[in-house]
Amino acid sequence: MAVGEASLDPSTVPAGKAAARAKKPRRKSLFLRRPFFSLALLVALGFVLCAVFAPFIAPYDPTAQSIEAMMAPPGPDHLLGTDSFGKDILSRIIFGARYALTIGIVAVLIGAGGGLVLGLAAGLSTGWLEWALMRLIDSILALPSLILAIAIIAILGQGVDKVILAVGISLVGPFSRTVRSDVLQVKTQLFIEAAHLMSIPRLTVIRRHILPNVFFPLLVQITVRISEAILVSSSLSFLGIGVTPPTPDWGLMIAEGRGFVSFAPWMSGMPGMALAILLVALAIVGDAVREEFDPKLKRAQ
Amino acid sequence: MNAPDLVAAGDAAPLLAIEGLTLERGRSRILDGVSLTLGRGETLALVGESGAGKSTIAFALMGLIGKSEAKIAGRMRFDEVDDLASLDERGWGRLRGRRIAMVFQDAGAALDPCYTVGGQLVSVLRRQLGLGRAKARERALELLEGVGINDAEARLSAYPHELSGGMQQRVMVAIALACNPELLLADEPTSALDVTIQAQIIRLILTEIRARGASCVFVLHDLALASQSCDKIVVLYAGQVMEAGPSRGILERPRHPYTRLLKSCVLEIGTETLDPPEGGVPSYGDMPKGCRFATRCPNALSRCLAERPALAADGDRLIACFNPEPRP
Amino acid sequence: MLSRAAGKIAQTLVVLLIVSIASFSLLKLAPGDPVLLMLGSEFDQASYDSLNHALGLDQPMIVQYAEWLGNFVTGDWGTSYVARADIFNLVVREALPVTLTLTACSLGLAILVGVPVGVLSAVKKDTAWDAGAAVFALTGTAFPSFFLGILLIWFLGVKFGAFPVMGFVPPWEDFWTGLYHLVLPSITLSTFFIGMIVRVTRAALVEVLDQPYITAAKARGEPGWRVVWVHGVRNIMMPVVTVIGLQLGGILQGAVLTETVFSMPGIGQMLTNAVLGREYMLVQAGVMLTAVLFILVNLLVDLSYPILDPRLRPR
Repeated sequence: MAVGEASLDPSTVPAGKAAARAKKPRRKSLFLRRPFFSLALLVALGFVLCAVFAPFIAPYDPTAQSIEAMMAPPGPDHLLGTDSFGKDILSRIIFGARYALTIGIVAVLIGAGGGLVLGLAAGLSTGWLEWALMRLIDSILALPSLILAIAIIAILGQGVDKVILAVGISLVGPFSRTVRSDVLQVKTQLFIEAAHLMSIPRLTVIRRHILPNVFFPLLVQITVRISEAILVSSSLSFLGIGVTPPTPDWGLMIAEGRGFVSFAPWMSGMPGMALAILLVALAIVGDAVREEFDPKLKRAQ
Repeated sequence: MNAPDLVAAGDAAPLLAIEGLTLERGRSRILDGVSLTLGRGETLALVGESGAGKSTIAFALMGLIGKSEAKIAGRMRFDEVDDLASLDERGWGRLRGRRIAMVFQDAGAALDPCYTVGGQLVSVLRRQLGLGRAKARERALELLEGVGINDAEARLSAYPHELSGGMQQRVMVAIALACNPELLLADEPTSALDVTIQAQIIRLILTEIRARGASCVFVLHDLALASQSCDKIVVLYAGQVMEAGPSRGILERPRHPYTRLLKSCVLEIGTETLDPPEGGVPSYGDMPKGCRFATRCPNALSRCLAERPALAADGDRLIACFNPEPRP
Repeated sequence: MLSRAAGKIAQTLVVLLIVSIASFSLLKLAPGDPVLLMLGSEFDQASYDSLNHALGLDQPMIVQYAEWLGNFVTGDWGTSYVARADIFNLVVREALPVTLTLTACSLGLAILVGVPVGVLSAVKKDTAWDAGAAVFALTGTAFPSFFLGILLIWFLGVKFGAFPVMGFVPPWEDFWTGLYHLVLPSITLSTFFIGMIVRVTRAALVEVLDQPYITAAKARGEPGWRVVWVHGVRNIMMPVVTVIGLQLGGILQGAVLTETVFSMPGIGQMLTNAVLGREYMLVQAGVMLTAVLFILVNLLVDLSYPILDPRLRPR
């Protein structure tokens, strides 16, 4: 409450000083201060390990069918059960982590790259060009990423590479918006000290002043948006227009098990849980990263 | 008026008596044993630099400081209520806005931007006094006219941002006076206004208070303005009362070194200047054990730092100082 | 003020134009020659040319675009080869009402749950309740909605048989049955949205509750609930409505998945089937419609600011 005495309270040290002082111990205590974050990070790393070492961890071939073990419930032979073709669900989930993470990460990188170019162009241009580029970004943002990805898939067709491209393009809009606002912010800062910058070539200014200031927030955005990319790609697969069977993709597995929910709920339940756990974990990690490192949130506090 | 008036009751019981009010936020003691009394129909000014705890006293009197925000000790007796700090929300519901009302520092920020002036005024009248819609509107018009707002009819449907700063503060005053409170708290009512309007607002508050026979606590930082407007002055420094007494006497013959410093800030011509304050008010975290003003005091003795002087009657006033200016 | 509105409307028109060009290019970029598709396997060059000409495909792109745009605006969206029906009828008369009903129900549910939870969180800031609500909100925004839908079907639909798990009954034909069918889909679709609303409500209200006019309202003797629900909530409407408008895209894409999970014949299901059936005209119509909805709602949100905040009204 604003009682007027707040400024005298020693606990309200100016933010800058506090941040400077907290810099060293922060690195050490980040994990202690954010127990949820640590847990979520461990979970996410677990999925990464599964993805990397999938062939060594998975007990079965993810695409091997077996008529004897059709729709087996979770048990000692098949820890998480099997699907309607007798494929081992645990193995498919482990290999599925590969697809989920690869698609998510590569798509986000495509989106970030495209967003960087478009956002820089919109942020650095002036006059009617800036206005036109802004409207272009508005138009991309008018389409939710899944709908845009569906439209792109309609043109490109199905498959892992096409899903990556479609999801990547669908993320260009959100990325370009944040890049542009970062550029504008640096620009206003630069105008203040513009006098001595006048003589420096434009490209040098961009390389030396604007890119570094845009790059870090972009990295934060990348971590935050990986989960979105994974969600959109698995949604496409779930709709049956993403990757094609028999790829061990979680979204696809959930869709395949959908018809058997009443008597074999593990078929969509297990991959669904894997997807949900990974997405929630990534959301927690992304949230913590944004709260810790996003300069915009810092200022707002 | 004689000095004991300020702590204990005179002939009639005072409307408000604060005894040893102490307020701690975390490890910092924002108020340290503040005592004062206010009779019916009396006006009192809390004077001091910003951060002295003046507004905190007003907020504590309004019950606006939550138990989780700060620890309050001491006693605030108001009329038949033994201690305001012990009231629950229901108890406060009968007092706030009805018997104790407050005029805030910046009326522009203290009026809800999303509701019209009339809406905010009428809702107070309807809820607190149980007036009907038409009656409340009529009363609201009278109140607005009473605080000197022209074209009150049109102003009723205006939003706060459509009024000038002075008009906003007049509306605040009208809202505060809507239920004829016995005690009005005016927290720096003019600090957000132009100098020309300041006097008008203070005069308005005083006139309205006197017309209702109510008491008023002003929070001010200007000693001269305080002595012009109020019967009594309480000078605060870093949450401690330094000097208290009749306003004329305090302005003309300040005896506490801090009051002299305050006065010299106001009337720079014709007074010998004190040493410039060194370093300003110490932070609440590392206050001296004794008198909180000791580190800046030109009259400081060695015991001032170690021992806290008690607030004691001395002539026409109360002073907390081991080495005050001599009595004239 | 009026010029601000006019500028906003001009911007919106330009955005609509760009979206329409993109939609049109979708048709042009789509694989396959529509003439070949229509002619089937047996044709000669003459009939190819005449059909090509009849469809206007020998015209320059800009002319084709103008013609397409004219047709689109007048509601002539072409014919679906699979359904053998007019696309405008399929999309606007049949699919759109389903999607809008689902969206409206979910939005209503999300506001009814999200705003109170967010308000309580802000009032009880830094308590166990607040932390719990934050976890709930984060999980809600991150949880894949289509999997949530399947969980609900399995748990509430199959195990307890409490709710129907498939299909859509128009509430305007049979209100209660319609609503009953909408329960599970609405929960599924609104979870993401509830999380969103909880977060923005909490953040905005925490800020507003620190404002002097809130303290002043308390000092006027207003009871706590009135301070929060009348003065607090009235002042956070602008950010909350803005987020709702911006997240409309999220709810539309969620509707695509929800409709598929619960077999509801809305835009989403239509879009998916159109992609699978390579009906590009239908895909394009669905995409265009989604974008137009999003753009118009956000224009409305923008134009509603003066209603939400009197300070933005013309003097």
